[in-house]
Amino acid sequence: MKLLRLVLPLAALLVAPPGLVRAENQAAVQVAAESSDQSDQTDQSDQSAAQPSDNTDAFSQGSAVNGDEQQPAGAAEGGATDENAGTAESTEAAGAEAAKPVVISDFASAVAALSSESYDDKLKAVQFLGGLGDARAAPILQALTEDRLYAAADGALVYVDGQKLRAALDGKEIPGPKPAGLNLISANNRVRGLIQGVLGQLRLLDPDASVRRRAAEAIADQPTAESAAALARALAKETEPATRAAMLTTLARLQVQDADPAKRLAAVRSLADSTDPTVAGVLRHQLEVEKDAAVRAAAEAAIKSIQSRLLWYDIGADLFEGLSLGSILLLAAIGLAITFGVMGVINMAHGEMIMLGAYTAFVVQQLFRALLPPGWIDAYLVVALPVAFLVTALIGIGLERGVIRFLYGRPLETLLATWGISLILQQAVRSIFGPDNQAVSNPSWMTGGVPLGGGFTLTWNRLGIIIFCLAVLGGLAALLRYSAFGLHMRAVAQNRPMAAAMGIRTGRVDAYTFGLGSGIAGVAGVALSQIGNVSPNLGQIYIVDSFMVVVFGGVGSLWGTLMGAASLGIINKFLEPFSGAILGKIFVLVFIILFIQRRPRGLFALKGRALEG
Amino acid sequence: MLLDRLFAAPDAPGMGGPRLWLWFGGIGALLLIVVPVLNLAVPEGSALHLPNWAVPLAGKYLCYAVLALSLDLVWGYCGVLSLGHGAFFALGGYSLGMYLMREIGTRGVYKNPILPDFMVFLNWKSLPWYWYGFNHFWFAVIMVMLVPGLLAFVFGFLAFRSRITGVYLSIITQAMTYALLLAFFRNDMGFGGNNGLTDFKDIIGFDLRDQGTKVGLYVASAIALGLAFLLCRYVVTSKLGRVMMAVRDAEARVRFLGYSVTGVKLFAFTLSAVLAGIAGALYVPQVGIINPSEFSPGNSIEIAIWVAVGGRGGLVGAILGAIAVNLAKTWLTGAVPEIWLFFLGGLFILVTLLLPRGLMGLLTRTGRHAGPALAAEAAAAEESGATEERHA
Repeated sequence: MKLLRLVLPLAALLVAPPGLVRAENQAAVQVAAESSDQSDQTDQSDQSAAQPSDNTDAFSQGSAVNGDEQQPAGAAEGGATDENAGTAESTEAAGAEAAKPVVISDFASAVAALSSESYDDKLKAVQFLGGLGDARAAPILQALTEDRLYAAADGALVYVDGQKLRAALDGKEIPGPKPAGLNLISANNRVRGLIQGVLGQLRLLDPDASVRRRAAEAIADQPTAESAAALARALAKETEPATRAAMLTTLARLQVQDADPAKRLAAVRSLADSTDPTVAGVLRHQLEVEKDAAVRAAAEAAIKSIQSRLLWYDIGADLFEGLSLGSILLLAAIGLAITFGVMGVINMAHGEMIMLGAYTAFVVQQLFRALLPPGWIDAYLVVALPVAFLVTALIGIGLERGVIRFLYGRPLETLLATWGISLILQQAVRSIFGPDNQAVSNPSWMTGGVPLGGGFTLTWNRLGIIIFCLAVLGGLAALLRYSAFGLHMRAVAQNRPMAAAMGIRTGRVDAYTFGLGSGIAGVAGVALSQIGNVSPNLGQIYIVDSFMVVVFGGVGSLWGTLMGAASLGIINKFLEPFSGAILGKIFVLVFIILFIQRRPRGLFALKGRALEG
Repeated sequence: MLLDRLFAAPDAPGMGGPRLWLWFGGIGALLLIVVPVLNLAVPEGSALHLPNWAVPLAGKYLCYAVLALSLDLVWGYCGVLSLGHGAFFALGGYSLGMYLMREIGTRGVYKNPILPDFMVFLNWKSLPWYWYGFNHFWFAVIMVMLVPGLLAFVFGFLAFRSRITGVYLSIITQAMTYALLLAFFRNDMGFGGNNGLTDFKDIIGFDLRDQGTKVGLYVASAIALGLAFLLCRYVVTSKLGRVMMAVRDAEARVRFLGYSVTGVKLFAFTLSAVLAGIAGALYVPQVGIINPSEFSPGNSIEIAIWVAVGGRGGLVGAILGAIAVNLAKTWLTGAVPEIWLFFLGGLFILVTLLLPRGLMGLLTRTGRHAGPALAAEAAAAEESGATEERHA
């Protein structure tokens, strides 16, 4: 505490050391009980903190009473201000108080004091409002820093909020035209600087928990004594666990530099549970100047524990990103698993089916924007999925009937013909939509994500794609396993003449199967449009990868496709930190080329006695 | 003995016998004498003068023809559809490109006698070890053949030994060229990254901008094409060539008869890669640049369509297809660029659907010698179709 006062005389003048200490004690009780006892005995100011009612001054008493009603910690602050003013560290404040007896006793009087001529009164009023911790003060102080706060003719304060005029006290809108005689209330840099700090503290009490958490984290970056006090007060009231944890961490970060070794030790120990990479930096910084052996040892242990925890977070993040990449690969490859795996057709135009699906999503989005009221736009994705399926399935059936069926049994020719189809589709899309990237926006329920600590965020669109691709895979497996069409499909794939002899119309089954594979590619395109731009080359990006997945997993096996996609995605992401994205991809390609040597039919090859596949 | 074999009536489709050699000599003379004379000896302004830009363009077509020939050797005769031949072509090109870069010497922008410009630009202090030796032309020539040949040998050994056939092989060769594409895009590889190698000044002392050098390179390409054709013809008419065709038509049967299918395929694949590398090396000084886009999988598939358009399994067809498709490409990309991909795509579909024997099939069908050869061919095609059906 003494150290803080020496370093920050101005802050010490206005701050509430007792309040800080008391709150510290509260924090410390949760953090480490033994340290708070020691600090109570050693620090003089702690004793005054224990008896806030000792204050006798009208100024502080009023505030104490008021503060006690609203929040106990705030009450101590008034006393502290008074106490420090008496220590003559700053005669300026004391003199101003004597010359102009502006009485600040509650919220209303503090707001009124903002219009005082003296900047010292303003400072005091701002400080008081900050200590009060009343959320109503935030817009008023914000308005003051931005020169939007006025004094009306009758002395009441108003502020401009956009086109509206609001009363400062209750925030209610004042109807009618702007009254004449408004007097701008000015602020100097000292006042503005103080308001910035106070606003940060007020945000600690914001009704929105995420705002509170962010405010607590922001304090850790620019710690001051007042903010520490406000943090301690806010902590006393905080009930939301995540925010509470953030506040405790921030407080501990401030206490790491405390003069008292016992407190430092407690703070360091509490920080050992952190998952924030910057905390390790703070500890390392402290380690350079730390003299106390016990604290040093604790800090070293804490750094080690944070790093090992961060390593796990990194692995978790890599795993998630790998699964996310794997799910994208899987979506791109499922359709191919049907056309290539089940029918044996090398469809090089598969990537273009994905691209057409993505463009369908784009067109549906544009139609929603153009034709429907704005509130409907979020629903476009739900409509785009079946539309994309139908469009690409129909194109696929057309291709099968028009080109591919004449090439059955000639896989190399099929490869070349479908490559030709892919060139034509690409150029057609380029002619219609232009060569540029088109943006498909995420619906609002797909944007954002959950931060999971360690600088890692679980984004909804990635999570959505993982779930969606599993759903598609599951649906497809069920279709193959349980429906009559699936039965026919498997029969034709296994033994075409026998299936035909049993009365299955093999030609029609071929067409539908190809349509199904293409339709799934189209649906994959809709999903891919959610994580990137849509361009005519979209399919080219995925075609080599999709073939790799199918070949790696084992042709004709959906389970193999799933495992192939997931393992390729994860391998890729785990290689990236060591080798960079491109080299990682090269390694994966080389790995597959070598892998195929060992298992020419993939991970999950269908067992059979045929000489050649 | 050698001449007897070369003059023998062909087993492969297409033209053969003395007529072939008449054509060979005629076209060879046309390419080797008439083009240079029309360009250099006939004065400008004359109606017969061949414009200067046409010579390297024609040379480029001849390089493509060598490349198509090399693919026809493995695809048409051995049944191995490589979709990675662009990689061998590009590796040959890079090998000669490295010599051309070293040859620039102090004439580069940064005037560094040892390091090429892009290395100075990247702040490299010394030459990477794999650039050593490329200041000698003979070394570069060896590398032009050795690098693609070695890659093909290792890759082919691994692939053919594990009996990777058909589309699986096509897909992993595509993965190979894709991996190389990504690798050569990286600046750290030391091959100029995105921009590749360019700004060449001269080759074994001849200024590349000089029209005489261009004609010389063109003539070299024409000779290379002729020699490559003779070499391929020699191989496919040999006993080995018959085994190659047998592998193409019924691989399992050949294996059971006691032949080393792996060895036959490996020989064809490696020889083919060396030819592709030579084509790339002749291509680079004529177009003046080599960059990673040559590795793109699309390029390699395009080579397959040249061969398919011309008619695979006949050598002549591959040359014809490469030149015909690239003439169309030059004309269409100049006149109506947006049509080109429609045209190319349509070509892929129409040729595979309607012209399984390509342009050569059309020519021989109308020719007098079509009869028995075609029937044998059709039988072979049916056989291979049946085999492939079993694959699927």
